[in-house]
Amino acid sequence: MNQNKKTFSIKGMHCASCVMVIEDSLKKMDGVTQATVNLATEKATVIYDPIKVTDEQLSSAVSNVGYQALITEEIKTEDDEQKEKQQELHDLRFKVVVSLILGGLILWGSFPGLIKTSPVILQNFFVQLLLATPVQFWAGFGFYRATISAIKHRTANMDTLVVIGTTVAYIYSTVVTLLPQLMIKVGIEPMPYFDTAAVIIGLILLGRYFEAKAKAGTSEAIKKLIGLQAKTARVLRAGQEIDLSINEVVIGDIIRVRPGEKIPVDGIIVEGESSIDESMVTGESMPVEKISGDTVVGATINKTGTFTFRATKIGQETMLAQIIKLVQEAQGSKAPIQRLADMISSYFVPVVIMLAFLTFAVWYVFGPAPTLLFALLNTVAVLIIACPCAMGLATPTAIMVGTGKGAEHGILIKDAESLETAHKIKTIIFDKTGTLTKGKPEVTDITAFGSMDKDTLLKLAGSIEKGSEHSLAEAIVKEAESQNLVLFKVEKFQAIPGHGVEGMVDNQRIVFGNKRLMNKEGISLTLADDQIAKLEDAGKTVMMIGLENKLVGLIAVADIVKDSAREGLIALQKLGLEVVMITGDNQRTAKAIGQSLGITRVLAEVLPDQKEAEVRKIQAEGKVVAMVGDGINDAPALAAADVGIAMGSGTDVAIEAADITLINKDLKSVAMAIVLSKKTMRTIRLNLFWAFSYNIVLIPVAMGVLYPVFKLLLNPIFASVAMATSSISVVVNSLLLKRKKIV
Amino acid sequence: MDADKIIVIVVSFLGIIFTYWFFLTKKGQAVSVSDSVDIVVDGGYSPEIISISKGKTTKLNFTRRDPTSCLEEVVLGDFKIRRHLPLNQKVTIELKPEKSGEFTYTCGMNMYHGKIIVK
Repeated sequence: MNQNKKTFSIKGMHCASCVMVIEDSLKKMDGVTQATVNLATEKATVIYDPIKVTDEQLSSAVSNVGYQALITEEIKTEDDEQKEKQQELHDLRFKVVVSLILGGLILWGSFPGLIKTSPVILQNFFVQLLLATPVQFWAGFGFYRATISAIKHRTANMDTLVVIGTTVAYIYSTVVTLLPQLMIKVGIEPMPYFDTAAVIIGLILLGRYFEAKAKAGTSEAIKKLIGLQAKTARVLRAGQEIDLSINEVVIGDIIRVRPGEKIPVDGIIVEGESSIDESMVTGESMPVEKISGDTVVGATINKTGTFTFRATKIGQETMLAQIIKLVQEAQGSKAPIQRLADMISSYFVPVVIMLAFLTFAVWYVFGPAPTLLFALLNTVAVLIIACPCAMGLATPTAIMVGTGKGAEHGILIKDAESLETAHKIKTIIFDKTGTLTKGKPEVTDITAFGSMDKDTLLKLAGSIEKGSEHSLAEAIVKEAESQNLVLFKVEKFQAIPGHGVEGMVDNQRIVFGNKRLMNKEGISLTLADDQIAKLEDAGKTVMMIGLENKLVGLIAVADIVKDSAREGLIALQKLGLEVVMITGDNQRTAKAIGQSLGITRVLAEVLPDQKEAEVRKIQAEGKVVAMVGDGINDAPALAAADVGIAMGSGTDVAIEAADITLINKDLKSVAMAIVLSKKTMRTIRLNLFWAFSYNIVLIPVAMGVLYPVFKLLLNPIFASVAMATSSISVVVNSLLLKRKKIV
Repeated sequence: MDADKIIVIVVSFLGIIFTYWFFLTKKGQAVSVSDSVDIVVDGGYSPEIISISKGKTTKLNFTRRDPTSCLEEVVLGDFKIRRHLPLNQKVTIELKPEKSGEFTYTCGMNMYHGKIIVK
């Protein structure tokens, strides 16, 4: 039976159930032996008998279930594209080798310094014509093809310049070879320049070959991210474990992951615990401990334990898919710094052609004899030296490498403009809760008085707070549980709003709460006054515990500062940035936390809806402001700031409003993002400076401006060497960004 | 001045004028697109200027026929899109512009240009 394989795009899919519906519909067709649909790539691959099944039938099988098949579109897989690219490079390399060998032989037989060492046959002009012709029209065919196509659109590009330059040299040399008498008649020694034409083509092709290889490196990061995607998942269905393709996983599936395996999609652990390496997605180098109820991210690696999790996000909704989308968008965006280069490059080639005419005329009219020869060689040099590609590549290649490098470190940059603005930041505002601090209060200090010991104190506090719904109660109960303390049974529990709680343990009355509660109960605090003041000055909330109307201890609770906060802020201060903290806390607490972090400018008692106004106030001081936050209430401030930076654990709203998203919770990433921006911008500036100055300096040199004073002219062959290295150097400089340290 | 020199000056001058006129003064006609448009990439973009509607999804189907490496990518910077165009393969880009105006699309090296007019 004749079997055909066809891959085509499908439009309208949005979930894994669409995959099954389309696959079922295709498989039902008589003549279709296999049909697989990929949600991520939105493509279907069908193996079928072309005698029984037509394109129209495939199309209607898909449209019958409510989707659209784009069958006429021939889809090549990534492997096919890779092979095609390899073939292109292979062909190019062959042309480079042939043209450089032939060009080299011509050069040997014609270059003044080498001619004496060459075989006589190579000095024959007809032999040189024979060697130069395949280089000109076979190796250089691509230049002609591109030029003719461009001319049809009244457009000119680099190929146009190469074609005009080398054709002029080739035709002149052919005339010299075929009609030497004519040249003698006009007073020119009949000397061909086949070497110029052939070697220029060889060198420019060589430049293209290296450029293509280097350019592939600029999009490596995105390829790496795509490669992270897991291929299969071990799904528990109907009590059985089955290996399914990633596309067949649906939301709600329970998936088992064993040690060393890749987590296939995003989800929440339902059973088991493990240590997970998330470095490939978040840039966080340390493995993260996860237990039941924690979220797991697709494409990360399970290190130690076995667990099952419920799939919550699949296909284009997974974190990895979102990261890839963000990076692709950033790489497709344009940086404002590029505008000038864009404008110049759109006029560049026609201007160079006009300069070539001018060069010819000036050398022919005013130049030394033989004027025609000087005019021709200098015109060719002008056409060949001009390099618009370097200008076009200067910014995008650096942006691609920069955004890719960011993604590798868990720094997602929304677009090139954000990357550009980030290097100008002067002030950086941090939201306190959840950004500088963990956002979850924790017990920091336990002080027991008299015969009471700390464990019993915590047991009492934990027991009585177990029934409370207050946010601080959770911290105390959690601390007691973490120390494996067995809690007492509490009777007559009662919450006293604004004060604390009370209850009976072992027939003893316990009160637990703030100063007001102690005063109300008539419990003296004299014993602990100093200690309370000290803790409050450190930005902590102090709660007192009274047993049978006597103070027996204090428990201080605070929203703990993240481990990475101090280091992260020091790194920013080292960059010369002003750091500001913004919080709803009271002045005393805010100041204490600010001081502990080395932040001198603290904006306290700021209500959530006032954050945006505070950002604008600082902007009004003439500063470029970045805002770092994570909550929904931070979104307006993030949007108002010149650069909004969302911490990855934050809400989707915050991430949507942000220019830069830090996937990991490490505050050092903020400084890393700014360093990355500075280094990328430095690379872009260097690239642009190189690309502009190269053309600004060397085009006049090729025109012969140095000749009147220094008698210096640019050999067209050297012009082609300079041209070929010019664009490669820009791409290589961008690739060097990969090696630069941003940590 | 010798006649040949005068001829060279005149021809060069005419060459400059012609180059300016031919490459820098061209004005294209915008092709009005309702749902989708096939854009052939061969030494440039055909059609080069398209006019699409604001707030409506329009499909731009690019097919590259030109093997020039310069054209292997198409960049719609204002829409944050950079796409690889495999040779002789249709690549569809969907646009739903939210604001009107003129936006350029270019090759990866910004040598070839097209224009999208959003009305």
